Amino acid sequence: MASRRPGSWIAAAAAALVAAAVVLPLVGPVRVDLARAWAGVSPDHEILFHARLPRVLLALLAGGTLAAAGALFQALLRDALATPYTLGVSSGASLGAVLAMSLGWEQILGFPAVWAAAFVGAATVLALVVAIASEGRRMSSFTLLLAGVTINSICLALILLLQYLAGFAQSIAIVRWLMGGIEAVSYGVLAAVACAVLPAVAFVCWRAREWNLLAVGEEWAAARGVDTSRALLAGYLAGSFVTGSITALTGPIGFVGLIVPHALRLKVGADHRLLIPCSFLAGAPFLALCDTLARTVAAPTEIPVGVITAMLGGPFFIWLLRSRRRSLWL
Amino acid sequence: MYRLRGVGMSYNGTPVLHDVTLEFEAPLFAAVVGPNGAGKSTLLGIMAGLRPGYAGQCLYRDREVRRWPRRAFAREVSFVPQTVRIEFPFTAEQVVLMGRTPYAGGLFESPEDWEAVERAMQLTDTVAFRHRDFRSLSGGERQLVLLASALAQQPRVLLLDEPTAFLDLRHQIAIYGLLVELSRQGLLVIAATHDLNLAAAFADRIVALRSGRVVADAAPERVVDPAVIRQVFGVEARVAPGPRGRPWILYGE
Repeated sequence: MASRRPGSWIAAAAAALVAAAVVLPLVGPVRVDLARAWAGVSPDHEILFHARLPRVLLALLAGGTLAAAGALFQALLRDALATPYTLGVSSGASLGAVLAMSLGWEQILGFPAVWAAAFVGAATVLALVVAIASEGRRMSSFTLLLAGVTINSICLALILLLQYLAGFAQSIAIVRWLMGGIEAVSYGVLAAVACAVLPAVAFVCWRAREWNLLAVGEEWAAARGVDTSRALLAGYLAGSFVTGSITALTGPIGFVGLIVPHALRLKVGADHRLLIPCSFLAGAPFLALCDTLARTVAAPTEIPVGVITAMLGGPFFIWLLRSRRRSLWL
Repeated sequence: MYRLRGVGMSYNGTPVLHDVTLEFEAPLFAAVVGPNGAGKSTLLGIMAGLRPGYAGQCLYRDREVRRWPRRAFAREVSFVPQTVRIEFPFTAEQVVLMGRTPYAGGLFESPEDWEAVERAMQLTDTVAFRHRDFRSLSGGERQLVLLASALAQQPRVLLLDEPTAFLDLRHQIAIYGLLVELSRQGLLVIAATHDLNLAAAFADRIVALRSGRVVADAAPERVVDPAVIRQVFGVEARVAPGPRGRPWILYGE
C-alpha cells in the first residue's frame, strides 16, 4: 500500500545501483587484481576498465531506462502489461537501426544514423499500435497487446530479410538487433547516450503528476486541468526517444520494463512520482545483474542478456496475464 | 453562472442533444433526469468542458466553456464520473490528492493541498479508508472517494454523472444528503440521474430530458406529474405526497 517513507525506497534503490556498479565489474570468469588494474598493468587493466566496466555501465543505463520507460508506457496506456518490448516499440527501434546500417547511412540531419533511425522506428511503431488499439476515446488492452505482438513479428521478419540480403560482416552485426545483448562500448558512446537519455528520464520523472492522472483516465486528467493531448504526446515522444536510444546500442531487451515496475508497485504503490525514479534506480542493477549472469554462467561463451530476461520475464508475463483475467476487469 | 443557449451535440452524425437552453445560478441543487440515452451525460460533459465539439453557446461566468484555460476552469468546475476503472494500486487518499492538480506548483503537495484533502475526506466520511487500495473499496465507498477528489478541487460548481447508479439505499441517501448540504453552502450542484424519486426528494430544481431535448424545467412539485412522467419516461405513474412535502412517484399500478 502507500509507502510511509518515500525517501527510504529511493535511497535503497540508489544504494543497490551503486553497489552493482562497484561489485559487478569485479565478477567474471577471470580474476582481476584490483591493484594491478589500477596501476595499468595488462591484462587486468584492460579487462576491468575496457571490457567489464563499460559493459556494466551500459547495462545499468539500459536497465534503468527500460524500466522507467515501462512504467511510463503502463501509465499512458493504462495497462500493466504495456512495455516497450510487448508493444513492439523495441523491435521497431531495432528495425530502424538495421535499416540505417544496411543502407549504409552514416548520419541523418547530423545525428548518428543508427540512433536517429532507431528513434524514428520506435515512434512509428508506437503511433501505429496506439492508433490500432484506439476505439474512439477508449483503448482496448486486448487489441493493444495483439497489435504489439503482430507488429513485433513484422519488424523481426523485416530485420531477418535485411540480414539475408546483407553481406557477411553486416549480417553478423545485425544479430545484435534480433536478440538484445549488452556489449562493451567506448566511454565516448556511453557518455553521449547518457547525455541524451538521462535528461529525458528526468523529464519523465518531473511530469509524474500528469502520468498519475492519465493512469486513471484521460477525462479524469482533463477534468483536473491537464492538457491531455499535449501530455500524452510528450510522454509518447519521451518514451520512444529513450527506448530508441537504448535499443540502438543493445537491441531489443524485453521484460525489464515489465518485471521491475510491477514488483515495485507492490512495494512503493502506484504514485509515479515515486514509481518512476525507483524503477530507474532498481531497473539498472537488475539488468546489470542479469548481464553478469549472461557473461558468467556459460563462460567463456557469452549469452545475450535478452535470453536471460526473456526466460525470467516470459513466465512472469503469463502469470500476470492469468492473474489479471481472474480479477474483476478483463 | 451557466448560460446555455441552443446547445447541441452529435456523435458521428447522430444528434444526441438538440437546442438546449438553460440557466443555472449558485447556490442550487439541480437534478437532470431522463431515461437512458436522453443526453444527460452529454449535457454534463459539455458543461464540464470535456466535449468541446458542441454547437450553440455554453457560457460559464460569461465565457464560452471551450475557451476557458483548462487549469483555471478546473479550479471552478469539478466533475464526478459515473465510475472510474483504475488499473493500478492507487490509495483512496492518492485518488483524492489528484483533485489538487489544478493548484499544483511542482512535484509535491503544499500544506494547503493536504488541508483541502483532509477537509474533503472528512466531509465525505472517507478518512477511515484513506490508505486502502481504491480497487478494494465497495461501490459506495468508491463513489464517496470520487466525490472527495472533486471537492478537493475546491470548486464553485460540482457536476455529477449518475452519482448513485449502482449504490445501496444508505449510500444513495448519504450522497444526496451531502449534495444538498454542499448546495446550501453556496455551491452549484448539478447531478444527472434516472431516479426520479431521489431527484424529487432532494433537488431544488429538476430538468427533464427526453431524446436530447428539454421537456420540463421547474421545481420538483411541478415537474413530478403523471403527464410529465408519461412524456419523459413513457410509463404510467401516480404521484403521492412524500417525505418533507416532496412528491413521491408510484409506478406499476
